[in-house]
Amino acid sequence: MTISIVQTKYFTFDELTLENGEALGPITIAYETYGLLDANRTNAILILHALSGDAHAAGYHEGEKEPGWWDSLIGPGKAFDTDEYFVICSNILGGCKGSTGPASIDPRSGKPYALDFPLITIGDMVNCQKRLIDSLGIDQLLSVVGGSMGGMQALSWLVNYPTNIRSAIPIATTVKHSPQQIAFNEAGRLAIMADPNWNSGDYYKGNPPDKGLAVARTIGHITYMSDISMAEKFGRQKKWSSPGEKFTADFEVEGYLRYRGDNFVKRFDANSYLYITKALDHFDGFAGKTVQEAFQNIQAKVMVIAFKSDWLYPPYQSQEIVKACKMAGLQTSYCEVDSTYGHDAFLLEIEEESHLIRHFLKKIYYDYEVSDGYNI
Amino acid sequence: MATTFKDIRPDHRVILEWIGPGASVLDLGCGSGDLLYLLIKNKKAHGHGIEINVEEIYKCVAKGLNILHGNLEDGLEDYKDRSFDYVILNQSMQQIRRVDPVLQDALRVGKKVIVGFPNFAYYRSRLQILLGGRTPVNAALPYQWYETPNLHFLSILDFIEYCVKKKITIESRVFLANDKEIQLFPNAFAQTGIFLISGGS
Repeated sequence: MTISIVQTKYFTFDELTLENGEALGPITIAYETYGLLDANRTNAILILHALSGDAHAAGYHEGEKEPGWWDSLIGPGKAFDTDEYFVICSNILGGCKGSTGPASIDPRSGKPYALDFPLITIGDMVNCQKRLIDSLGIDQLLSVVGGSMGGMQALSWLVNYPTNIRSAIPIATTVKHSPQQIAFNEAGRLAIMADPNWNSGDYYKGNPPDKGLAVARTIGHITYMSDISMAEKFGRQKKWSSPGEKFTADFEVEGYLRYRGDNFVKRFDANSYLYITKALDHFDGFAGKTVQEAFQNIQAKVMVIAFKSDWLYPPYQSQEIVKACKMAGLQTSYCEVDSTYGHDAFLLEIEEESHLIRHFLKKIYYDYEVSDGYNI
Repeated sequence: MATTFKDIRPDHRVILEWIGPGASVLDLGCGSGDLLYLLIKNKKAHGHGIEINVEEIYKCVAKGLNILHGNLEDGLEDYKDRSFDYVILNQSMQQIRRVDPVLQDALRVGKKVIVGFPNFAYYRSRLQILLGGRTPVNAALPYQWYETPNLHFLSILDFIEYCVKKKITIESRVFLANDKEIQLFPNAFAQTGIFLISGGS
């Protein structure tokens, strides 16, 4: 079963004081909801998306053939069972999918913010989501769940709003970026800024820096896959190449990367890419505190999921989260799923993720220690 | 799944009797989590398991257990001294490469430690080696040599000697064969030894 037609909704509020002290407003956050909020308002789950994701996590938009990005996990009878839970997916501050970001109109100038947009943080994104949740009349979320950058937001919820969540499921994520992760992001940013069309971010009236953004996406895509998944998907398969041309996409893998890069520029804003990757690089899940300080007063239960072949967010980074939870005495589960998909696994290992998430959520929702009459 | 006391695995029954109500438990190598599940269900125990096999982890999660995917060889350095009432190594100790450091760490983290292992000196094993000239395969040691997860083959006497050497106190011991308790000559007639220990260096 799948959710049928859904629509993106928009929540606007006057102003937010950012973590850097600056005020930003008005702010609009795009979001979608699936299922129904129960009378006690205890069945709400917040889904948090990754770098290039959006609020459209499940179901179909009118006239579209592709469902939302996590449709295989969200819907009636699925891991996030919409017969049982009220599922919310919120877009992020700084994005370009309906929420306020650098491409939005700056009310002071009447023009797009471009680089006048302030540097935002993962914490700022989460503070916007908190406003959204408040506006929906939800005091405590059953769970906050996300992969990659979504996992960072889940950690940020855990540390900043511990009493407003009953559980968190950070997937394929980290407490903070390693130099390698920052380096890949920087390579992407350099590609965008090297494109003459970028024009110091001021390109909304002319041609956008598509070439630079496509290269940034290409670099990203390489890091989302694994050696094995690339070998399985492409091998050294050659594409038909036009004679006389020297540097065409000879191999399947080249064609794929070019295709993904070219497609990405149609749906993503280069400045958003710069702002969001900066937010990722500066994220510190413990907010500069010790684990004990950061995790004190947390009652929420945590399930951490990592994937064996993920070399962008390697399992050791998830284990650091687990270690922090253990030291703080949180009820924690951790599973390293045996996958060859690399970082992309959090979008692809549906069966394993479904199993883990389904049972974990049930335990939280029905509030039991161990299940009565378990089924395996 | 309704279980009666009779349905419970005999070694689990022994451990269930040893553990007091509301105890905190760390189950090292908890497998599919049957024992941990019983302890939480019947003894209101709390705690979690550590398991290396991902398929077993899925089973633990289905039971609603808190389970950490990990390798016991990596040690227990994240845990404070005496942070659990009981640390359990049931049928997992003999599968760890470096037993001594793990056991010492378990004795540090747990106020008490429960160890259960197959007795290599079980008389059938002795006969299989002595008369058959073959590596023993029986109820206590059900694996062929080429597929056994066991890395260490120890007897009940070996373990007692180890405890003496390491100044570990044996608080209780139970020996089992074919679901029955063995009182006489356990080193020859028991398939399994289960020890409740504490102390150590």
